[in-house]
Amino acid sequence: MDIHEYQAKELLARHGVHVPRGGLAYSPEQATYRAREIGGGKWVLKAQVHSGARGKAGGIKLCTNDDEISNAAEAMLGRKLVTSQTGPRGKLISRLYLEEAVDIAQELYLGFVLDRKEERVMIVASAAGGMEIEEIAETAPDSIIRAAVDPGVGMQRFQAREIAFGLGLEDNLIGKATETIFSCYQVFRDYDASMLEINPLVVTRDGNLIALDAKMSFDENALFRRPEISELRDKSQEDPRETFASDRGLSYVGLDGNIGCIINGAGLAMATMDMIKIAGGEPANFLDIGGGASPERVAKSFRAVLGDKNVETILVNIFAGINRCDWVAEGVVKAIREVGVTVPLVVRLSGTKAEEGRRILADSGEAVIVADTLAEAAEKAVAAWHAAAKKKAA
Amino acid sequence: MAILLNRSTRVIVQGFTGKIGSFHAEDMKRYGTKLVGGVTPGKGGQTHLGLPVFNTVKGAVRETRAEASIVFVPPPFAADSIMEAADAGIKLCVCITDGIPSQDMMQVKRYMRRYRFEDRMRLIGPNCAGVITPGQALMGIMPGSIYLPGRVGIVGRSGTLGYEAASQMKALGIGVSTSVGIGGDPINGSSFKDILQLFERDEDTDAVVMIGEIGGPQEAEAAIWARDNMRKPLIAYIAGLSAPKGRRMGHAGAIISAFGESAQEKVEILKEAGVVIVPTPSSFGEVVADTLARMKKAA
Repeated sequence: MDIHEYQAKELLARHGVHVPRGGLAYSPEQATYRAREIGGGKWVLKAQVHSGARGKAGGIKLCTNDDEISNAAEAMLGRKLVTSQTGPRGKLISRLYLEEAVDIAQELYLGFVLDRKEERVMIVASAAGGMEIEEIAETAPDSIIRAAVDPGVGMQRFQAREIAFGLGLEDNLIGKATETIFSCYQVFRDYDASMLEINPLVVTRDGNLIALDAKMSFDENALFRRPEISELRDKSQEDPRETFASDRGLSYVGLDGNIGCIINGAGLAMATMDMIKIAGGEPANFLDIGGGASPERVAKSFRAVLGDKNVETILVNIFAGINRCDWVAEGVVKAIREVGVTVPLVVRLSGTKAEEGRRILADSGEAVIVADTLAEAAEKAVAAWHAAAKKKAA
Repeated sequence: MAILLNRSTRVIVQGFTGKIGSFHAEDMKRYGTKLVGGVTPGKGGQTHLGLPVFNTVKGAVRETRAEASIVFVPPPFAADSIMEAADAGIKLCVCITDGIPSQDMMQVKRYMRRYRFEDRMRLIGPNCAGVITPGQALMGIMPGSIYLPGRVGIVGRSGTLGYEAASQMKALGIGVSTSVGIGGDPINGSSFKDILQLFERDEDTDAVVMIGEIGGPQEAEAAIWARDNMRKPLIAYIAGLSAPKGRRMGHAGAIISAFGESAQEKVEILKEAGVVIVPTPSSFGEVVADTLARMKKAA
């Protein structure tokens, strides 16, 4: 789960990391009012969306007076910001953050991630801040400092100190940098984060160390014990199709194709999507219905998939182990009758009670295209989609 | 004896008396697994499904000489249960639980290292389908009927995609020595490489099918190891050809975040290491049959 920059900064500030003075605004008037509160004569207005690379997309503006703030806020609010990370649909700007502008002497990079190879929290730092870490890795790979945290004892102060010296900071900044790095680690650990990135961490002309930006993501498996983080969820930043599904306990990822998928198991779901692609189609979504799929759950999955207006064919592929194909078949019939399925529907049932499931579909009298194998299911779905598209065009 | 599990392995269930634990315990018993008891704290001394219930894993091990444990404990308490098994001298722990926080898993793996390698528990999972040695024993949630006993090993992250592979093989009369689900989490107990090492040493396994997916470094690591050390044929499929970068595909670990983690890149790495590639998820059966036929010819 991602949170906004201002939320991450609040968390960090509470644990002793220095951040610029700032305030949240939902309207141009509020933004100018924030400028009075903060004081000074130079501010930065920042669109709060769950994405990096906001600057290049017009989501960050330097302002020197009320008019500039007001105009910039007017231009940003209610608009969808399309960055290199959001995809073409972009993300809605409904919150702005106004900050005092900072006099920058040097930009650094500081990141914390879960390293899957080491199976530890990895700290990554570089004196070449201000650009994306991928870019740093390409242009200045030798500048990157890494340190792994032993999960038994947690991060040690010497590790933070080593990084501070490794960044080549002036002597008077070593203590501040050590504290900042250590505090960030504590926030990462105490809130079950999966990623924390401060880019840039800046040295100011008056000798301070300030987190100018902050990005954080959290381990969704740990949200049960972090209610204060769950509260920060902003559904306006999510794909509405995904919000609908996740609120109903389904694992769903929206894509750009036309063949809707309802499958049990993440691996089989990905494989089925691949098979659709190989057969010449494009999947509209990833959907893992999970174990213990009741008829109601199947019907909910149909609602989630059909909520996407691009869906022109549906493919159901179930390999039942703990699931039961007869229940899935009942769910399919229920969905056709209650939800209303007007697009072609291909169903492949395998495993536990597959025979019973197929019989239920046949006896229902509904127009269901049945397939026996994975390859057949994908081919029939793509063929049905082409036929439907032709009919529509004619 | 295939790997990890056979008909004489003495197995207990952690989270025994819960709904899910009970359901699968019965299923495993029916399949032939030597189930000797279970653990549910506070219910020690009771009998459940005709087997003794213990308060602690140590107690269960003392009374039943259990060597293996399968964990159905809910996510907030699962890491604790795994560590309890490790400390009680369990040799093989299969954790089915889905949704364990990453930091908990980091601690589990760190904790397990306190034991000497020879004494260290082997952990399979979490968030996996478990282990089955067809015709002998089941420690997991897979449907036993889709596996034919035989001489091809299977190791994969996904449960249902593993079923797909096993059933395609069965349709062609090809059986399985052992099938291992290592789970879809970013931090798991045993990696692909760990399981390949066991299959390579196993006298009852002739070839191995590896079913990987997008995300993480384990498929590449396994490919390098197989290139340098494996004499048996390795056959691999990677799911997620159509997955976009940065989006999590159901499994906590199935997300492309670095170079070498996309399906295409992983297939390239595997090919370069001399691994036989299954080009589509509907050709597991054919490719395994071809590989076995070529082995026969060469012999």
